[in-house]
Amino acid sequence: MPLNAILGVAVLLAWVPGIRAALVSLQRAWAGAALGRTVPARAPGPRVPAWLAINAVVGPALLVAVFVVVTNTVGVLFRLQPMRNSPSVTLTLSLALLTLSALALAIAALMGLAEARLAELLLGDGGSLAQRVRELTASRAAAVDARAAELRRIERDLHDGAQARLIAVRMNLGLARSADDPEQARKLIEEAWESAGQALADLRDLVRGIHPPVLADRGLAGAIEAAALLCPVPVTTDLVLTGRPEPPVESALYFAAVEAMSNVTKHSQATRAWVRLRSTGHGIRLVVGDDGRGGADRAAGTGLRGIAERLSAFDGTLTVQSPPGGPTVLTMELPCAL
Amino acid sequence: MRVVIAEDLALLRDGLIRLLSAHGFEVVEAVDNAPMLLTALMEQTPDVAVIDVRLPPTYTDEGLRTALEARRRRPGLPVLILSQYVEQLYARELLSDRSGGIGYLLKDRIGDVAEFVESVRRVADGGTAMDAEVISQLLTRRSRDEPLAELTTREREVLALMAEGLSNLAIAARFGVTDKAIGKHTNNIFAKLGLPPSDDHNRRVMAVLAYLEAGPVSPDPQKRRSGLA
Repeated sequence: MPLNAILGVAVLLAWVPGIRAALVSLQRAWAGAALGRTVPARAPGPRVPAWLAINAVVGPALLVAVFVVVTNTVGVLFRLQPMRNSPSVTLTLSLALLTLSALALAIAALMGLAEARLAELLLGDGGSLAQRVRELTASRAAAVDARAAELRRIERDLHDGAQARLIAVRMNLGLARSADDPEQARKLIEEAWESAGQALADLRDLVRGIHPPVLADRGLAGAIEAAALLCPVPVTTDLVLTGRPEPPVESALYFAAVEAMSNVTKHSQATRAWVRLRSTGHGIRLVVGDDGRGGADRAAGTGLRGIAERLSAFDGTLTVQSPPGGPTVLTMELPCAL
Repeated sequence: MRVVIAEDLALLRDGLIRLLSAHGFEVVEAVDNAPMLLTALMEQTPDVAVIDVRLPPTYTDEGLRTALEARRRRPGLPVLILSQYVEQLYARELLSDRSGGIGYLLKDRIGDVAEFVESVRRVADGGTAMDAEVISQLLTRRSRDEPLAELTTREREVLALMAEGLSNLAIAARFGVTDKAIGKHTNNIFAKLGLPPSDDHNRRVMAVLAYLEAGPVSPDPQKRRSGLA
């Protein structure tokens, strides 16, 4: 059949890389239009030949099928010669023909959609889902890394701090117990008393770093307020939340705020800073600004990267506006239910 | 001297009862939760209350909130708050009614028995006992264009010790000078902070509060404070 020959040539031509690329992009654009969404390009791989092969078989097969159906229908019509028969037969045939046409149109539309989906599947990059999986994998890895590093730090702090001091306490008390000289015993007890106090101070610092008690007591707004009180640069606060987010979200935003304020102190040379906390329609927005020299760059230091990583574990984002000469504004947004 | 104790850990509660009883206090009631604390404070009207900041039922800052509530109902009721950590935010809330009789100490300080007992007595007498850690946190801040910036280094040091609750005599002993010299410093501090003449106790509390409030600038501090209740 001439049609099949033309198709065959088309398929053969499609193996030429340039033509194939044009065909693929044409097909992708068409599929996007048919599906009402963009079909982003994927890296070349084995799926493009698969797409060609499927089309090379399905395309001609469909044409043959359509040809057979049309010729047979026309044949039936000729044989029945409806004009010469009774009106009832004519009516029945007309209805049958109409139904058949509607069915054909519906099948054609479905086939079109199926082909578009196929093109999207084989020629697209899998759409937003693949992108999302990549993001989630990355943020999960970062969260796991951060958690592991955090645990190592806590272990080290305990080992070198409170644990070591308690060993000293026990040692001094043991010596005091067996000391003959009361004056020496008193001295040893005094030392043990000192060490116990330092152990407490170490533990207090450690707890503050893990989960600040004020965050549990007062929630995000109260805890940020308390942190602002300790910031060497004067901070104006405007903190209003309509509800209380989940503790991990609270914690992430709290440490992000603390890190942002510590950046202001360390790098900005600002004379004033401000923090604003608000509920948005679908989450929380935290903005930290200062009147410093600007030029903050997330590639330069670990501070901003740390904030971005903390937030990304909860699908949050960090936007940095910091032109040279300032001012600097960090906008942190995190979707959550309130 | 009649005292009410609120501490949820039995070990520490018993220790406090023993310690204070041994130093001439009469422990009229020892409770382990916030609702019972409020009742005890209202019914017993103690000379002083020693309260753990974290109490059931919420195990957050229930003790502090109850103390503030009790002082709203009985202004000036002396309370000493104990905590595993100190927050300037809480220190400011405690002092904000400006009526004295306030203590805020780390639990570690109980270990220094003589000083701790002295702090409880001072609070019962309407004085203050702010933990040195609250003060040292403040000292890390840069000086700014604020009334405190006008204070000399020595005046700042005196103010810090005043904030801890030390009397002029005690401050004088620390610096090895006469209490008259310290009196001159405190008068300068009051003048520079614009505190009108009133009884010495009250002015000391105001000065400490000025010290604590020289922190972040809030557009509306009154609103912020009421929002905490």
